Amino acid sequence: MGAIVKNEPGSTAVASRDAFGDALVRLGETHPELVVLEADLSESTRSKKFAKKFPDRFFQMGIAEANMLGVAAGLSLAGKVPFCCSFACFVTSRFDQVRMSVCYSATNVRVVGSHAGVGIGEDGYSQMGLEDIALMRSLPTMTVIQPADDLETAGAVEALMTHKGPAFLRTTRQKLPRVNKEGYKFELGKGVTLVDGKDLTIVASGGTVGGAVAAAALLAKDGISARVINIHTIKPLDVALLAKAAKETKRILTVEDHQITGGLGGAVCEALAEVEPVRIRRHGILDVFGESGTPEGLYKHFKLDADGIAEVARDFVR
Amino acid sequence: MPNDHETLSTLQHRAFDLRIDNLTAITAAASGHPGGTLSAMDILQALFFREMRHRPNEPHWPERDRFVLSKGHAVPALYTVLAHAGYFSRDLLPTLRRLGSPMQGHPANFITPGIEASTGSLGQGFSIAIGMALASKMDGDKYRVYSLIGDGESQEGQIWEAAMSAPKFALDNLCVILDHNKGQIDGFVDEVMSLNPIADKWRAFNWHVVTCDGHDYTSIAGALAEARATKGKPTFILAETTKGKGVSFMEGKIGWHGVAPTAAQLEDAVRELRAAKVAFEAVS
Repeated sequence: MGAIVKNEPGSTAVASRDAFGDALVRLGETHPELVVLEADLSESTRSKKFAKKFPDRFFQMGIAEANMLGVAAGLSLAGKVPFCCSFACFVTSRFDQVRMSVCYSATNVRVVGSHAGVGIGEDGYSQMGLEDIALMRSLPTMTVIQPADDLETAGAVEALMTHKGPAFLRTTRQKLPRVNKEGYKFELGKGVTLVDGKDLTIVASGGTVGGAVAAAALLAKDGISARVINIHTIKPLDVALLAKAAKETKRILTVEDHQITGGLGGAVCEALAEVEPVRIRRHGILDVFGESGTPEGLYKHFKLDADGIAEVARDFVR
Repeated sequence: MPNDHETLSTLQHRAFDLRIDNLTAITAAASGHPGGTLSAMDILQALFFREMRHRPNEPHWPERDRFVLSKGHAVPALYTVLAHAGYFSRDLLPTLRRLGSPMQGHPANFITPGIEASTGSLGQGFSIAIGMALASKMDGDKYRVYSLIGDGESQEGQIWEAAMSAPKFALDNLCVILDHNKGQIDGFVDEVMSLNPIADKWRAFNWHVVTCDGHDYTSIAGALAEARATKGKPTFILAETTKGKGVSFMEGKIGWHGVAPTAAQLEDAVRELRAAKVAFEAVS
């Protein structure tokens, strides 16, 4: 599958699920406490690479996600750092297990949801994680991370090896253009300003970050100066960086491959309403179901590609 | 190895006090679950006073045997046993369910010493116990893991996901005990959603199955010994129990699932338990 965003010069596009799978294998060498659980999707989530390298620390749990989450919680309470993998929609829909066994039992379970958003393409709505951020973000102690490229994914997985408390990591099936520079240091909870600008700020996360950066270039041609902030950690949110952007650019456009209710847009609205109320436009999946199509076709349809984001931004600043 | 200093007779003797403390706490809270705590009490005492290797003054001892109360609503019984074992003061028991008390209405592991996992949403603790047993196997099989599940709880789908998974990993360090008291909030289990034939179901899921009388310490100890001796597969103990055991007006009564006794009812219950203790002392 090709990258949804093609106009990032010189980038090496890698799906964040692939970067995740590679990071597990790399960290498995130095972290004997790292264990991986899977619910029959190891090829898709890319946990299979770890399974081959460390079969004694890989647990195939079958299509039984509720039990998988509980077993992961038990492994964590006994000192392991478990990564618990499935599609974002399936693993987070076992919400009660995440709420009780993972969060309320004070574990270090890493819930990994791949196949985020409409970017998965042809499989359609049933396989798309579109409400997962809203669910995970509502839980006390939970950290929510959505990396935008391979470097950020590697950094996030490494940070999760030592981070205390439960976490949700959201990865994509589609390839993502690299938006960070070689040598990038991932800092949990810190947003990253990728493009500076003064007329509005586009706040993106995960699969939409590359498109947001490209959209800024398109907007520049029209004389619109757009700042682009990548929010890889949706919880805890970098409120200081967002408040500064709100103060300086007066307008915030959030762009996400997720329902606009409760996700990145919801999080940004909640935070800025209290500290720096400005005009905000939430853009993403507008309270509708996803559908089948090519990933590129769906990103165009939902206006999540560079052209679509630029169009929404123009309308917003008009 | 079991703690042989705890004779079956001392366990039986202490059981009267445990029941009194448990009911006193529930009455003080004016809410809770008398029926399912009294049915589980003897199993819990047998585990913590005889079967399990643990250190009340070092609750996080890495090599301790683990116990996960999957039927979390029975936690007053567990608090009572933990207090008598020395995890915390017995004075805390009547603070059950009070704001700021570590005696939460359902188990919370980061609040109360001796509580291994937060439970109370049924079906989940059993899976957590499996994770702990897997970790024990990875780390040299130094400890065993026990979990108590309920009848009504066994209607949860996750119980059967978990039952399917433990034999796959040959977890002979895992022992699941069913507090088979035959009741749940809305009525008798057989009427709400029958589990029968229970033992056959667990055998079909490749567990070693043992039955015992969940109020007879010799019988419980025998079942736990058999679980310990079983190699290559996990053990399921079907413990035949009575809801409200030890208090005649509560025994077998569905109405006592989730209703606290009044002060007068507590007085009657305590009088009956004290009389039974005196009678036991006379013959032992």
